Amino acid sequence: MSEAEAEERALVVDPDDERMIINMGPQHPSTHGVLRVTMELQGETVLRSKPVIGYLHTGMEKTAEDLTYLQGPTNVTRMDYAAPLFTELTFSLAVEALLEVEIPDRATWIRMLMCELNRMSSHLLFLATNGMDLGAVGMMIYGWREREEILRFFEKVTGLRMNHNYIRPGGVAADLPDGWREDIRKILEVLPDRLEQFDVLMTGQPIWRERTQGIGVITTEEALALGATGPILRSTGYAWDLRRAMPYLAYDQVDFDIVVGTYGDTFDRYAIRLNEIRESMRIVEQCIDLIPEGPYRTEDRKITPPPRARIDESMEALIHHFKIFTEGFKVPPGEVYTAVESPRGELGCYLVSDGGPKPQRMHIRAPSFVNLQTLPHMMHGGLLADAIAVISSIDPIMGEVDR
Amino acid sequence: MTDSPTPVDEENEAVEGEIPGEGVETLHGSAVTVSNGQTVLHPEKNEYHDLIQALNDDGYGVCIDLCGADYLGNDTRSIPVTVPTERFELVVNLLDVHASRRVRVRVQVPEAAPAVATITDIHPGAEAMEREANDMFGMEFEGHPDPTPILLPDDWQGHPLRKDFSMGRIPVQFKAVEGR
Repeated sequence: MSEAEAEERALVVDPDDERMIINMGPQHPSTHGVLRVTMELQGETVLRSKPVIGYLHTGMEKTAEDLTYLQGPTNVTRMDYAAPLFTELTFSLAVEALLEVEIPDRATWIRMLMCELNRMSSHLLFLATNGMDLGAVGMMIYGWREREEILRFFEKVTGLRMNHNYIRPGGVAADLPDGWREDIRKILEVLPDRLEQFDVLMTGQPIWRERTQGIGVITTEEALALGATGPILRSTGYAWDLRRAMPYLAYDQVDFDIVVGTYGDTFDRYAIRLNEIRESMRIVEQCIDLIPEGPYRTEDRKITPPPRARIDESMEALIHHFKIFTEGFKVPPGEVYTAVESPRGELGCYLVSDGGPKPQRMHIRAPSFVNLQTLPHMMHGGLLADAIAVISSIDPIMGEVDR
Repeated sequence: MTDSPTPVDEENEAVEGEIPGEGVETLHGSAVTVSNGQTVLHPEKNEYHDLIQALNDDGYGVCIDLCGADYLGNDTRSIPVTVPTERFELVVNLLDVHASRRVRVRVQVPEAAPAVATITDIHPGAEAMEREANDMFGMEFEGHPDPTPILLPDDWQGHPLRKDFSMGRIPVQFKAVEGR
């Protein structure tokens, strides 16, 4: 800016104008990572706001173009690090749709079981951080404690607590370990009591209600226009859940309810996630009984590496193994969009193949990225202190926002 | 571009309940194909905005996803012969939440003038996604309310998801710190 321009601008400043522009974040603890919100304030009232993102952008969609389809899940699992299995799932479904390969029933049910457990752990993480953001610091410890139980099970099954690379094109990486039913039953036994405790600690508590009710209200029309999905859309009373509306995996064979809110406020979004844990527990319970026996990944040797023992005795198995791990399997040309219901909303994968062993284009439709657009809308006219509650109730995962 | 239009199989053309045209099915004047069981529309670039509006009136009221794609060096894309191909594609996924159905719109965007009309006037939710497509592919959206970089730094040069932007060629760009 030249001096003349600066003078010109200085003239239009109104001395009585008390509006100011401040930045919240990117290091603010309540921004769940590296979200910066630029806010225009009049006193304590937020007039305008704009989320500024990109601090965590690492070009994962570009990286995906350099990885084979078998390596792909290792990349996408790092996007939504609180619910990594869902990104693996949507990517794998997209690859399988292009391959036109049928995956065994057991693999489908294992995927569903693991995803519902992941939804529980993700929502428990939300309860922990949401409580922490609004001053219920005890809640942080409790939410983390319960989530730990589920992560321990994940570690037993996949070998990792996060970023599992468990769901892969063609099935899952490994069968469930011995005694998995007992492990899950133990989790399901403990959780209902703990959720009751959360109800006492938070749901029915006057301070909590005062802090969340009527804050950050959004209507169904606004949510749909902004492309918001997941708990944000359901909090407005609109029962949209891909598990019910466009069933994938085996969700049409299990019994569960869609939790909806009434007012579209921060409290509704909190209550929906709390109750969705209960619904996920119902699905997991049914999975324990209904899960079929059989192979846990497709037997198509062009996609699934052969068992180790076969490599010693079969030349063909050795060739398949070598081809899959050096060149990777080839996927027929085409393009496809698949979507699953992640804990944050519609998680989609748009995949373009040119017939080679690596994707031509891999795009993840990240729910947090789109949901973040509702933030200026919800914060408009509210208080600065409520901004924290609103950001928290969107539950953005910055790894997924920035990719 | 180097892309040669790939003839579409007969079985890939049929869409139930749409107006039959000559050779290729059309909907609101745009060619319709079916890709892996999903309906795909191929409008002309200048028809794109009107098509989105018409689809919005049909019930496809949510713009669920919008992204770009670069077909440089890929001559395998599935597209009806009547649609001239360009280097870039703008891919818009629309969702009808009342009838639980989806439609995908693929617009050919030329390399020489990668500009299309914005759809933020119809779908406000497309704003962030259009900014991302602008970052990644250099697509300009005419009439966009805030065409600033969203994921990339303000002073970033180039468009990373273009096929001719190679990985690792350009060192990490840091903003200049004064006094150093």
